[in-house]
Amino acid sequence: MREILIIGAGPAGLAAARAARARGASVTLLDAADDVGGQYWRHLPASLSAGREDLLHHGWATFTALRSDLDDDPGCRIVRGAQVWAIERGETTGRPDAARPDAARPDAGNRDTGRPDAEPAEHDDRGGHVVHALAGPVDGTDRERITLTPDALVLATGAHDRTLPFPGWDLPGVFTPGAAQALAKGERVTVGERVAVAGAGPFLLPVAASLVQTGTTVVGVFEASRARTLAAGWLSRPWRLARAGKKGAELAGYAAGQLRHRIPYRTGTAVIRAHGTDAVTAVTVAKLDRDWRPIPGTERRIPVDAVCAGHGFTPRLELAVAAGCVLTGDSFVAVDDAQRTSEPGVYAAGEITGIGGVELAMAEGSIAGHHAAGGDTGTSPVRAARVARGVHRDIARRIEAAHGIRPGWSSWLDDDTVICRCEEVRHGPLRDTAAATASTSLRSLKLSTRAGLGICQGRMCGRTVDALLRQHAPHAHRNDNATFDHRPLAFPLRLAELADHPKDNDRKESA
Amino acid sequence: MTVPPFPVPPSQDPIRPDPGTSIRISVDETEYPGRAGQTIAGVMLAAGLLSWRYSSGSGAPRGAFCGIGVCFDCLATVNGQRDVRTCQRRAVDGDVVVTQHDPLPRPPRAPAPESAAESASEPAHRSAPEPPHPSGPDSPLREGGSGA
Repeated sequence: MREILIIGAGPAGLAAARAARARGASVTLLDAADDVGGQYWRHLPASLSAGREDLLHHGWATFTALRSDLDDDPGCRIVRGAQVWAIERGETTGRPDAARPDAARPDAGNRDTGRPDAEPAEHDDRGGHVVHALAGPVDGTDRERITLTPDALVLATGAHDRTLPFPGWDLPGVFTPGAAQALAKGERVTVGERVAVAGAGPFLLPVAASLVQTGTTVVGVFEASRARTLAAGWLSRPWRLARAGKKGAELAGYAAGQLRHRIPYRTGTAVIRAHGTDAVTAVTVAKLDRDWRPIPGTERRIPVDAVCAGHGFTPRLELAVAAGCVLTGDSFVAVDDAQRTSEPGVYAAGEITGIGGVELAMAEGSIAGHHAAGGDTGTSPVRAARVARGVHRDIARRIEAAHGIRPGWSSWLDDDTVICRCEEVRHGPLRDTAAATASTSLRSLKLSTRAGLGICQGRMCGRTVDALLRQHAPHAHRNDNATFDHRPLAFPLRLAELADHPKDNDRKESA
Repeated sequence: MTVPPFPVPPSQDPIRPDPGTSIRISVDETEYPGRAGQTIAGVMLAAGLLSWRYSSGSGAPRGAFCGIGVCFDCLATVNGQRDVRTCQRRAVDGDVVVTQHDPLPRPPRAPAPESAAESASEPAHRSAPEPPHPSGPDSPLREGGSGA
């Protein structure tokens, strides 16, 4: 039986598991959290259950049905609390000729190609990747070592919030929207009593809705993109948007909720500063021009006790990079029509192939799981998923057109603003170093400033440092292929666990 | 008066939560109540703590930021294990949490640890507990945990 390993049990991974099981493959599903669902369906643990948890979620019945089907299925093994820390490329991969030429070509991953499907996955496309994980309490010791060598691998590792720095963003009380969601949906804790929600993207709306459900006053949702940009992104070709019925209804529902709770929704506005000494006590908001440059004279100070700021998402690419997958020009995993990456036997689905939301993630997951399990393109369930994928890729394009980061944001930085939170690298020194080393590279900037070299391994600041280097040293040679997405150890682990002799507690398995 | 962050009062929560099981954890020797299934960061936040770590360079207070285990700002020592992401680790009754403060050997712009503790001590209910005495700037590896 074909053995499929799926990493990440959010919407994409769950859909992939279901599709692979429908094709008769044996499935192992790993997730670092202690239950499946990912960030989208982040929910209460069993010990904190509630009668009406469905009120906190969209598609809750879909999720619980999917979870119980997979839990009850002897052909699907779910390992919760499993942190994948490395992927080794197998014997058959790593050579230029091993990569599929069609997937590695420059337009691979372009969602507009619309070209006919490539050859269906064959059973001999096994990549020989070796996946290492540790299962047990988070950051613990003596966790169980798991080593897997599946026939095919589906990466569904998702994304995390991307927060653009602003003065004071490192104060306690400033959170990512994802943190507010996780606390509200995962344990019914609210981050504050008066909260500003700021940044860019449709995801700010459900965050505001969640906060209101925890009894918080949301002083405003501050969307950086201006109304005209939003209209151009969201309202162009409305007949296509109409096909995405559920998503349209979900967004309309949030809009109605904003009205009902009298949450001001301010477009072309940003939180450009958080005030406070030991914790945030107020924010300054300002109107922005179309490039997100604050307009002088429009500043307004608002007392708050928490801020949720997020300007989009960063895909979690380290495992895809470790597996050898080619990335697109805008740093997502390149995939073909069957969700195949450039690596034999490795498929990708969900936010690591582009930020598009839950419906797109599930459609991609279904397609990836189906093909990973050896399915061909003609089968009807995958035809439906392909239609859904097309519809929701349109939503993904709209999100980027309407809410994509504009370069003027860096003008709200002070010299003293922390850019890299771990190493406390500030904007002034970073800019000056970038200018002084204009003939060199990202690697040089990292090494000379330590930006991105702290314990989060550049997850928080990587994209920002890259953007600032491009702004401050536009002619810098980017000749070193350095990225912030390459992490040979995908997650920090204790030396004792690494050094521990495999014989003692290793569980070698074929999948 | 409730000081945010705070837990949603179960009686007012539209999702009708079950009562759950009470637990207690200690943070720098002060006990805080929580419910089984909460994360350690969730218990601390619900108790009104916003920060429980000081940055290595400037001694700035830090707490939870990303909430999903990727920023590493919320690290603490739990039951003697350093560098545990408290937003990801579930709290267990009796957990002993010790805050971490790992100053650089010669921080370029850092206040002395004493002054960092002073500046963070007010208002008391919102601040982190006083950081434990670090295991020493002369021991760069700081292996074995501070005060644990």
